[in-house]
Amino acid sequence: MSNAATAKEPVAVVGVGQTKHVAARRDVSIAGLVREAARRALEDAELTWADIEAVVIGKAPDFFEGVMMPELYLADALGAVGKPMLRVHTAGSVGGSTALVAANLVAARVHGTVLTLAFEKQSESNAMWGLSLPVPFQQPLLAGAGGFFAPHVRAYIRRTGAPDTIGSLVAYKDRRNALKNPYAHLHEHDLTLEKVQSSPMLWDPIRYAETCPSSDGACAMVLTDRAGAARAPHPPAWVHGGAMRSEPTLFAGKDFVSPQAGKDCAADVYRQAGITDPRRQIDAVEMYVPFSWYEPMWLENLGFAAEGEGWKLTESGVTALDGDLPVNPSGGVLSTNPIGASGMLRFAEAALQVRGRAGEHQVDGARRALGHAYGGGAQFFSMWLVGSEAPAG
Amino acid sequence: MSEPVRGPVREVAIVAFGQSEHVPDSSETSEVEMLMPVLHDVLAQTGLAARDIGFTCSGSSDYLAGRAFSFTMALDGVGAWPPISESHVEMDGAWALYEAWVKLLTGDADTALVYAYGKSSPGDLREVLTRQLDPYYVAPLWPDSVALAALQAQALLDAGLTDARELAGIGARSRGGADTGPGRQVVGPLRTGDCPPVVDGAAAVILAAGDTARRLADRPAWIRGLDHRIEAHGLGVRDLTDSPSTRLAAERAGAFDAPVDTAELHAPFSSQEVVLRRALRLDAPDCAVRVNPSGGALAANPVMAAGLIRLGEAAAAIRRGDAHRALAHATSGPCLQQNLVAVLEGER
Repeated sequence: MSNAATAKEPVAVVGVGQTKHVAARRDVSIAGLVREAARRALEDAELTWADIEAVVIGKAPDFFEGVMMPELYLADALGAVGKPMLRVHTAGSVGGSTALVAANLVAARVHGTVLTLAFEKQSESNAMWGLSLPVPFQQPLLAGAGGFFAPHVRAYIRRTGAPDTIGSLVAYKDRRNALKNPYAHLHEHDLTLEKVQSSPMLWDPIRYAETCPSSDGACAMVLTDRAGAARAPHPPAWVHGGAMRSEPTLFAGKDFVSPQAGKDCAADVYRQAGITDPRRQIDAVEMYVPFSWYEPMWLENLGFAAEGEGWKLTESGVTALDGDLPVNPSGGVLSTNPIGASGMLRFAEAALQVRGRAGEHQVDGARRALGHAYGGGAQFFSMWLVGSEAPAG
Repeated sequence: MSEPVRGPVREVAIVAFGQSEHVPDSSETSEVEMLMPVLHDVLAQTGLAARDIGFTCSGSSDYLAGRAFSFTMALDGVGAWPPISESHVEMDGAWALYEAWVKLLTGDADTALVYAYGKSSPGDLREVLTRQLDPYYVAPLWPDSVALAALQAQALLDAGLTDARELAGIGARSRGGADTGPGRQVVGPLRTGDCPPVVDGAAAVILAAGDTARRLADRPAWIRGLDHRIEAHGLGVRDLTDSPSTRLAAERAGAFDAPVDTAELHAPFSSQEVVLRRALRLDAPDCAVRVNPSGGALAANPVMAAGLIRLGEAAAAIRRGDAHRALAHATSGPCLQQNLVAVLEGER
C-alpha cells in the first residue's frame, strides 16, 4: 500500500491501569471512574500528568451514559486541559481502535508520550435501551446483541460439525481464568461445567452462562517512544503491528461466521510483525469473545486454525491457561464487559502478558501476544500484536 | 507544554474538497443520501475509487442521528467492500482529518478520505447540545447552546472588547450583506444576525502525501502544521473573553511563524469571531487577512461538518490561487472549549 520510506518511531506500552470491574460503580462519577484507571496507568509508568502530551479517549455509543461527546466533560478529570484530546468511536472495537490512534501519534512522532483510555459506565443507563432506539424506515433490532449473533453461531456449528459442548467449555475456562484476575467483574468461585451447561437457554444455542456481563469500568495505557521506554521503570511491551478493518453490516455474500475484514486485519498485523505462523509464533491471545462460541470462530478467522478446525483447539485444551496457546488468560469479555473499554482491555492484557506483569494469570514466558477487538455486526475489527522485544530496525 | 516541538515527518496535502448544499430541513434525505454525492465529488476530483484510498476516517454524532452506531450506515455509503482501513471520531470532521493526517504521517497510507455529516433538523439542536455538558451538575438544568454563547458575548461586551455595532458587522459580512438589520433578539445580547442558521449538511476531503498529492492535484494545499487543544469544561473556571487553546494550537501549528493571507474561522456566533481574532492576532491594524471569505459558520453551520468545511474552504482558496498561506480553525464544545488550527500553503 505504502511507498513511504519514512521509518516509524517504535511505540512502547509502559503503563497499564484498569478499574476493578463491577456491575455498578455507584461510589464514583464517570469522571471518577476514568481517573482511577488513568492514575493506575501513570503509577505503573512512574509518570505524572505533566509527562502526558495528549489524551486519546474512546467509548461505545454516547447513549449508554446519556452524555454527548463526554470527552468535553472529561477533559479536566484526565488532565487534558491545555493538551490535545481526541475521541474515537468505532462501535465494540473502539477500545482497540483508540489505542491504535494513540499509538499512531507516537509512531508519527507527533507526540512522545500519550495517555489512552476507554470506559463504559453501563449502570448510568441501559445498554439494551441505548441500542434499541427506534429509527424511522429501518428494521428495528430489538433482540439485543445475543439475538443478532446467535444465528451466526448456529451457522458455525452447522458448517463445522462442532459438538454442542464447545461453547460451555469456553465459558467455563474463561470464568475460571477470571478467578486469577483481581480486576475481573465475575468471580464465580463455585462454578462447574455442569452449571454452565444447565444454565437457561437465552438465544439458542447461547446459554445464560455463555454471555458477557454488563460492567462499569475503564482501562488506560501510557504509550511512549523509544526514549520514553528507556526511562520506564518496568519492562515495556512493544507494538509490532496494528490495524483496523471495516466492512458493511449487511450485504450479499457477507460471511458472518468468518468476516473478510477480520481476516484482512489479522493478515495486515502479521505482515507488520513478521508473523508467518501465528499458531506457533504467538504465545497468548486476548480475543474479543462476548459469546463463548466466538472463541472457536475467531481462532479460525485469525489464522490460528484451519477453517472448521477451531473448535478442536478449544476441545483439546490448547486454549486453556496452561495450554499451548492460551486464549483470554484474563477471563476475557465473558468475565468483564464494560463495552467501550472491552477492546482496550484485550490490548492492555496482551501488553501485561509480554511485560510479565499479568500476575496470577501470567502465561509463562509470553513473548508475543495478540490483542483483538470487534464491533458492530461483526464488521469493525482492530488488533495489535505486542512483544517483549523492541521491533527490529 | 514542555515537550520539544516535533515537526511533521512527511508532507501531506488536501487535494480535494466537496460539500453538500446546506439546507434547513433534509427530512426527505437520509444521511447516506446526503453524503454520497459529496463522496463521489471528491473521488471524481482526484480520479480515485474508494478501493484506492489508504485510510478512511469520519466525524459525526449519534445524538444528532438519534440512534447508537449511526456512523455504520453512513459507512455503507462509501461502498466499503472489499474491507477498508477505517476509523471514526465522535467529533467534528476536522478531528477526523487530524486522525487521518497522523495516519499518513506514519507512512502506513498515502491517501485518506475524510468525511463528516450532521442532520440537526430531526431534533431541537439547542436542546440536544445541552447533553454534552457535565451530566451531574449542569446538563440537568438544560442550559442551551445559544444561552451559553450569550454569556460569552455578554462577557465580551462587559470587558469592552466589542460592541453591538461590531457584532452586527460580523453577521452582515458573513452573510454577504444580505442580513444587515439588527434582527430580533434571540438570547440577550445575541440577535438573530449573531447566531448561526441551523442546517443539515455534509462535507468530504481527500488527503494525500508527498508525490501522490502532486500527482492527484495541480495545486495541493499542503498542511504545514496542525494542532488542537482543549480547555476546562466548566465555564466558571474559564475566561470566556479569551481562547488560550486556540492560541496554543496556532503556535504549535506554526500559524505565527509567517503571515497568513486568509483565515477560515469556525465561529458559530459573531461574538466568537471576536474572541478568535484576538487569539489568532488577526486584529492588528496592518493586518490584511481575509476572514471567512466563504461566509463561515454564520452563513452555514452544519454541526459536525462545519469545522471540516473551514479546512476544505481554506484548501479550496489555495487550490484556486485565491490564497497562498491560509489558517483554518475548527471548534467543539460550549463557548469554544476545544479548538483546532491548521496552516495550509500552496506550492511556492
